[in-house]
Amino acid sequence: MTQRRLMVHGIGLGILMFLPLLAAAAGEPFLTNIASRVLVYALAAVSLDLIMGYGGMVSFGHGAFFGLGAYVVGILAHHSFNGTVIGFLPGEWQGTASALVQWPLAILVTGLFAVIIGALSLRTTGVYFIMITLAFAQMLYFFMTSLPTYGGDDGLNLWERSQVPAVDMYDDNQFYYVTLALLLAFLYLAHRVVNSQFGMVLKGCKQNETRLQALGVPTYRYKLVAFAISGAGAGLAGALAANHTEFVGPGLMHWTRSGEIMIMVILGGMGTLYGSVLGAFTLLMMEEVLSSYTEHWMLILGPFLVIVVLYARGGIYGWLVGDEMDEEPAERADGRTGGGADDG
Amino acid sequence: MQMGVQAGEPMMVDTILDVTGLTKSFGAIRASDDLTFSVARGEIHALIGPNGAGKSTAIGQLCGEIEPDQGRIIFNDCDISRWPTYRRARSGLQRSYQITSLFPDFSAADNIALAVQAGRPHSFRFWQPARHDKALRTPANEALDRVGLGHKADTKVTALSHGEQRQLELAMVMATDPVMLLLDEPMAGMGQVESQLMMEILHPLKGDVSILLVEHDMDVVFALADRISVLDKGRVLLTGSPDEVRNDPDVRRAYLGDS
Repeated sequence: MTQRRLMVHGIGLGILMFLPLLAAAAGEPFLTNIASRVLVYALAAVSLDLIMGYGGMVSFGHGAFFGLGAYVVGILAHHSFNGTVIGFLPGEWQGTASALVQWPLAILVTGLFAVIIGALSLRTTGVYFIMITLAFAQMLYFFMTSLPTYGGDDGLNLWERSQVPAVDMYDDNQFYYVTLALLLAFLYLAHRVVNSQFGMVLKGCKQNETRLQALGVPTYRYKLVAFAISGAGAGLAGALAANHTEFVGPGLMHWTRSGEIMIMVILGGMGTLYGSVLGAFTLLMMEEVLSSYTEHWMLILGPFLVIVVLYARGGIYGWLVGDEMDEEPAERADGRTGGGADDG
Repeated sequence: MQMGVQAGEPMMVDTILDVTGLTKSFGAIRASDDLTFSVARGEIHALIGPNGAGKSTAIGQLCGEIEPDQGRIIFNDCDISRWPTYRRARSGLQRSYQITSLFPDFSAADNIALAVQAGRPHSFRFWQPARHDKALRTPANEALDRVGLGHKADTKVTALSHGEQRQLELAMVMATDPVMLLLDEPMAGMGQVESQLMMEILHPLKGDVSILLVEHDMDVVFALADRISVLDKGRVLLTGSPDEVRNDPDVRRAYLGDS
């Protein structure tokens, strides 16, 4: 790791750790609430970066998993609050408000959906893959829109946030730290994954999938597993989003949402993981600030995005740390650490 | 056991690759037209022919990237005709490409290490850093040393010369411990010195690894090959020893540019 990269990470982590204190000191405690929203979207963006930035799978349907995770929480909370039985499941389960059940279930359900959607989508590549993931997301969107049991078009209010043991989720600061802890945990997991043998295969798929197959790697299954991990991560983000806005609606699955998450990844720098956090921050802050001046804030965002893509190779993260690749120098057989590849 | 028996050869040759009736059309063009030949275990078998004779299409069908319309491929006593590419590769049938095919964002050592990984039962290992895994790096660095690229281990592929990239690709397929190599013009675009170096790398493989060699450089073909098949319009015109091919009047007229 270069000195500069270490510094950027240190400053970033420092800001994230002490943000509620800084917000309180600045007399603007509501900033913590906005920051929580950034972290939720950052989690979704990091999960997309895992497949898009590392595996070359440009999924335009990530909103589906985001929304699905939110709906798992929304539906469980809905039944728990009203004391009604979940009709489409066998048995007499009346849902739950416990995060320890809701969140793992959100991860599980979205992971499962990702396996199904991925199994079909990953038979295609390029533009067809983009289109088919988009199509699946829109199918889910219209399905939820036409499901009156859970609010249909109008969505579903979350009358009770998830119950986390020893945490008051209605306290802005505590909510923030729970979200931050989950984001950091997922970042660590993703970091391990992309540098593992699995990660090398994933990066190989992006660079030259034909070559990898010719070497003997059944790439399809590796991409599918990555797609499932990514979907599950977005599902967890969705579960948090439901808690943050206390509302679940089909809008979370809309293709514009998938587009936003994708823009965050590109802005921050594809294939960098940490960049996605910066991307989420930048996009949401621009929205927050610019939309208070004009409702046509997209007119400013558009050119900004073009400039970043054209001139900041590796996105905002690449521009900050000074190089674009998330590479560590390899270790030689004799234990020396080689240079060269990292300085490029 | 599958035995390839050909005229003019002793009986009971141990055949590693047996191709029968391979046919592939692209529109009106027959790239492979009832292509039939076999490669003996341990030999270097060259496939020569003019441009458009169907050499690369043949390699593509053998490795599984191109689906033949008809025909049967027996490799190492298994009918692999319907196998996907990765399965053929896992069974030891490895290829190189006419246009160098590597992982351009990786260093030279990364490329080889990934090939070593590809030869393992699976890569569903999610936690330990692959770049610090000595079980991958040691064989990778050895493979680089063997082709004389040891000092370039940490150099990114894009910073390597064309010749070095060709050597790297060969080191990569060798790192999977192949039974047979399909080499699609390994000397393409190389200078005299680089070609010579490549020959020195290929020559010691003779006997250990069976090789199907597609090559335009006749000096290389005659220096390395045990047997040569001459292709024209998707068919085998003639199979024989380098001397037989060199002295065949049809081949001289059609291909070697001799009047």
